[in-house]
Amino acid sequence: MKTQMLAAFVGLALLLAPSASQADQSSEQIYGVYCVQCHGLQRNGTGINVPALSVKPRDHTDAKGMGDTPDDELFKAIKEGGLAVNKSVLMPTWGHVLSENQIKGLVKYLRQVCKCGK
Amino acid sequence: MKGLLLAVAGLTAALLSSASAADKLDPSCSGCHALVKPTDTSLDRLLTRKGPDLWFAGSKFKKEWLVSWLQDPKPIRPAGYPYFKTVKKGDKNDVPDPSKIAAHPKLKKADAEAAAETLMALKAPADLVPAGIFKGEMKGARMGSLAFVKFRGCVACHQGEKGEGGLSGPRLTDAGARLQADFIAAYTADPQRFDPHIWMPTSNLKDQDIQRLTAFLVQLSQGDK
Repeated sequence: MKTQMLAAFVGLALLLAPSASQADQSSEQIYGVYCVQCHGLQRNGTGINVPALSVKPRDHTDAKGMGDTPDDELFKAIKEGGLAVNKSVLMPTWGHVLSENQIKGLVKYLRQVCKCGK
Repeated sequence: MKGLLLAVAGLTAALLSSASAADKLDPSCSGCHALVKPTDTSLDRLLTRKGPDLWFAGSKFKKEWLVSWLQDPKPIRPAGYPYFKTVKKGDKNDVPDPSKIAAHPKLKKADAEAAAETLMALKAPADLVPAGIFKGEMKGARMGSLAFVKFRGCVACHQGEKGEGGLSGPRLTDAGARLQADFIAAYTADPQRFDPHIWMPTSNLKDQDIQRLTAFLVQLSQGDK
């Protein structure tokens, strides 16, 4: 009885508390819809649109390059586009499509992808 | 109050008429395409969708093009739809995975004509695609071409002139033959008004940009040659 109660309690707790991995998954899904078209399935700047791009998209697995870019710059680049951070116009503005929280989630996700922090 | 009642009645009639128009299509169409404006506007719906929404098809397509395309459907989205489910890793970059790209059913002439007729009855609300939003000024086409390729980066995702361009968006090599000018202008200005989470960004374009880009695109009619 005690074990059942405990199992039920743990199950309920798991259901109620959105775990960190769920939050990550959602950012990963968002990356998969919007970012993959240029940054690629491997997240290294080799998306399906790359042959048509005059500027290579950022390699998000590049720990050095990504490590040198602070969170607020990543946030600004996603929200306002490449031009806002003196980069290419080919990086569009996603501020109309994604909420600030979703963009913050993406910045966090990028840190996981590059295994680097700033 | 009377006005409100009339508005509700008008809206209901509009919804019913588009619903009944959609009913005339082969039921298999609605297996992949939304023929009535979806109430679910979540990202999850985008993730599970099999084909583009068609509830505003009558304000989007040109009828002649629909009749012809439905009889000989060539892919409009070179990387499949939705692209993020139909691409795979390639040697240098991601590439379309043909094994995941389903061919669109081919219709006989009479069926294509009937389907086109029905699709053309699925109109967008007037405020979504305002008549005359493209002012018809064709002189801007040259600047539109530069905006498409260079200044606004549309070419990153769409194939334009000579088939040059990215693959995650629909090819626009025949945009002028396929699409209504007012639709091009309205959609380019704010794609999320049509499709809340669609992966085409809203680029804060000025009306002048929209006019020029539309003028450029309506001139394209080369198909996939």
